[in-house]
Order: sequence, then C-alpha cells, then structure tokens
Amino acid sequence: MAERALTGTRVRNRRLDLGLRQADVARQLNISGSYLNLIEHNRRRITDPLLAELALVLDIDVALLGGGTADAILGPLAEAAAAFPDVHIENTKAEELIDRFPGWAALISAQAGRIAQLEQRAQALGDRLAHDTQIASSLHEVISTATAIRSTASILVESPDLDPDWRGRFHGNIDTDAARLAESSQALLGFLDTEVEAGDGALATPVEAADTVMATWQHYVPEVETQTFPDLMQLEPATREIVEGWIERMGQDAARLPLSSFEQAARAMAYDPARLATRFHVPLEVVLRRLAHLPPDQGHPAMGVATCDAAGVVTYQKPVLDFRMARAGAACPLWPLYQALTHPGRAVRRVVQMPGVARTPFECFAIATPVGDVAFGVEQRIEATMLVRPARGDVAPETVGPGCRICAVESCASRRHPSIV
Amino acid sequence: MGRRVLLIEDEPNIIEAISYLLSRDGWTVHTHSDGETAMDKVMQSVPELIILDVMLPGRSGYDILRDLRAQSATADVPVMMLTARGQARDRELATSLGATQFMTKPFSNADVLDSVRALAAS
Repeated sequence: MAERALTGTRVRNRRLDLGLRQADVARQLNISGSYLNLIEHNRRRITDPLLAELALVLDIDVALLGGGTADAILGPLAEAAAAFPDVHIENTKAEELIDRFPGWAALISAQAGRIAQLEQRAQALGDRLAHDTQIASSLHEVISTATAIRSTASILVESPDLDPDWRGRFHGNIDTDAARLAESSQALLGFLDTEVEAGDGALATPVEAADTVMATWQHYVPEVETQTFPDLMQLEPATREIVEGWIERMGQDAARLPLSSFEQAARAMAYDPARLATRFHVPLEVVLRRLAHLPPDQGHPAMGVATCDAAGVVTYQKPVLDFRMARAGAACPLWPLYQALTHPGRAVRRVVQMPGVARTPFECFAIATPVGDVAFGVEQRIEATMLVRPARGDVAPETVGPGCRICAVESCASRRHPSIV
Repeated sequence: MGRRVLLIEDEPNIIEAISYLLSRDGWTVHTHSDGETAMDKVMQSVPELIILDVMLPGRSGYDILRDLRAQSATADVPVMMLTARGQARDRELATSLGATQFMTKPFSNADVLDSVRALAAS
C-alpha cells in the first residue's frame, strides 16, 4: 500500500477535468461512491491496484496520477521558470499545476529538458569551432598560405625590375601556394560542413544519426534486392524509424527496377535517366533514386541523390564527392532540386559547379512530384528528387553555392545573409 | 652590413617574401623556423629587431616572447608578433607579454615595411 497524501486530490481534479461524475467512476471501479469520495478527500489510502484501475478509467499515466513523477517534474519546472526571469510565473503554484494538469506539467518539463539539451549542443558546436585543434590548424594553414601569396604577388607587381631568378622563384612559390590554398580551404570547408552536420555523436539528431548509418553502408542496402530487411534493432528508436522509412522506399524502387535487368539497361543506355524511365515504364524519380543506390562495387559511375519536401528541407541525401547539401533549408536555392520544386512535373537537367578551385562540375537531373495517397480536401504532398553525378562533356556549368554561410560568391541575387568566408 | 633583423617564422614562402622585402630595404635578415630552438638562435647574436610568428613548431611565439622579455639581453629588443588570429584577446595577450607591435595575417608588404621602419626608428 502506498502513502500518497495528495493522490486523492489529483484523482478528484482529473475526474472533474474530464467531466465525469463521482458515482459513474466508482461504478466502473466496482467501489462505492462514498469510498471514492473519501479517497478524493485524502481520507483513505489508495492501493496500487486500485490506483492502476483509476488511471485507466481517468485515461492518465499511473505515475502521474500517483504523484510518483511529481518530484521529478517539480525540479525541471522550477528550472524552466528560472530560465525566463522576465516572464511572471506563479512559482508557488507549481505543485498545483502538476496536480491539476500533470500532462501539461510533464510537457513543460520535457520542453525545458529539450531546450537545455539544444543549448548544450549549440555550446558544444560553438566550442568546437572556437577551440578545435583541427579547425585551428586548418585555418592557420589557409591564412598562412594566403599571406605568402599576397606578399609574393605584391613583390612581383611592385618590382618591375625584379631579377629574373627571383621572379621565377616567386612565380613558383605562388603556384605552389595557390595549390596548397585550394586544398587547405576545401579541407577546411569540408571539415566544417561535416562537423556541423554530424555534430557530436551523442548529441546528433536522429536524422544525423540516420545519415551516419547510411554512410557506413555506403548508401547501399543489399537486402532490398531480395525484399528483405536488415536488422536495425541496435539503432535508437527514432533513428531506426527514419532508416526504416528510407530502406522501405529503396525496397519499393528495387521491386520496380530489379537489379540485374536495371544494371544491364543502365549500362547500355549510358545511365540516361529519361531513357531508363521510358524503358521500365516508371516515374523519373524512381530511376533517379535507383541509379544512386546501385551496388557500390560494380563499376557504376559515382552518383548521389537528394530529396526535399515542399519547404525545401532536405529529407534524404547520398553525398558524392564534394556534393553535400545543407540540412534544414539552409542550402543554396540555385540547386536544380529547388528549381524543380517550383515547377512540379517538369524534368530539369543542369550542369552546376560550386565556387572554388578544383570543384567538380555536376550533372543534375531533378523532378518534383506528388507523393502519398490522393484524398479530397487534403493538400497533396510534393517532393523533389535530384540525381547528382560528375559532369561529362564540356557544358559550361552554372554556379551554385554550398549555402550562404560558407559561399564565396559575392554577387548573388539569391544570397540570404553575408558569408563568413 | 645593414641592421640586423631576425625573422622567426615556419612558413618557407613567407620567409622568402619578407626576407626579400627587408633585404631590399637595407636590412640583413636572419631567419629561423623552429620554436624550440628560437631562443638559442636569438642569444647567439641579439638582433636589432625580431619578427616573431605565434604558431611555431615546438614552441609558441607567446612563450618565446615571455623568455625574451625575461632576459636582460633581449628585454628591450622590439618584437613584432605575426599571427593568423586577430581577435582582441590575442592582441591583449601579446601586448601584456611585451610585444611592441602586433600584425595579423594576411598583412600587406607596405604594412610590414612601415612597421619595421617605425620600430627601428623608435
């Protein structure tokens, strides 16, 4: 038997909140109305089995009704209140809030915990950018090389009578440093992107964790070819749910485009998505996804893919070479993925290149299409899909950015905010 | 033989460019690339001016500066610090340790020459 001084009050409050009559509740519990009345006024102890039954009838978590979580919630509630000193909080009413509205109190408590976790993550990322030795070392390399180039170039420009030996030497130095600068700046940007996207493993969001899982598998799940499922039980539930969704779609694509015949046709048709879609009578986006998820060891060209929803949020991506889109809508709007989104149903093909030395020109194929079931009165979901692969041929590429934050293109009508580079 | 400056820097092409620049301005430039042995190099023959990079292999430029100011032979030698970090706290640290001048990379040749000339004149 448990001693719970306020449990009766919580029972009464909950019953009244639900608009239930005392007699009706008592009847469902097979106890008398007067006994329930005594319980509600904290004049009778309540047994654990009866508490469990009451929780069932009152549709509430038994721990909340029993007050077992009250102490656990009270602390976070106080912390939540302290975090916003400008907001007037009836601090003395916290216990009453827990008693009367345990669900809402638990929600506030959970939100306070989530805010604290996110703040911790922001702090960790900030610290990493400020103090990480790898970033510091990369930055030092970039700045030192830029210094050498600047100083040497100035000497060459300002000294028309420079001795030919010195001139040749300085030209050689600039050439060497320019190559170093290209490498080190790319390494730095790649590192920053990876760090910011992946975060600390312990602090990664489920989507980031799912990305890591797929990267470990090189974005290929052989089980989908036989319509089976890999064991994902080792993953966190939220991560597992995301990965399951991605694999399920891969399986659907594999069912429509069986590996053996698709590989054969893809090779014969030079991996042309439109011709393959016609050949197999499937929508273009199915081919785009399938091409990006062919076995990595069969000599197929390197291909990546990205999908986004109508809000522009990248919902899935398989990076390739230096192609990697920023998550959470921070990507460059000039990517064909977003151009496709503005004209659903229209296939888009573009050759693009990110700014910077030694960047790979990419051939992109994109289309936006409705997804999900059609229903009257329900807004149809739209999803854009983009296949990305190193460009062949000599088509002049259009410039797209890695995202405004780290984009070096100065004159851009689509720029949202200043760059840090 | 011109006035002597010691450039302690580990980036070969920066060494070459600054050396050329100062040599052309009449300085005799000595160079050293290792932080660990930098003090030995300084004490072999104390220069009129030291240009000192912060990030050096073996030992930080800040530590070297601290030693320079602690030795009577080098306590008054003007030291120009070179650093890739130009934040206020880096500048404050350099100043508190006794740096005479603080220059953030990437600097211009004109700034280097002007500063060196000004330090020599002072």
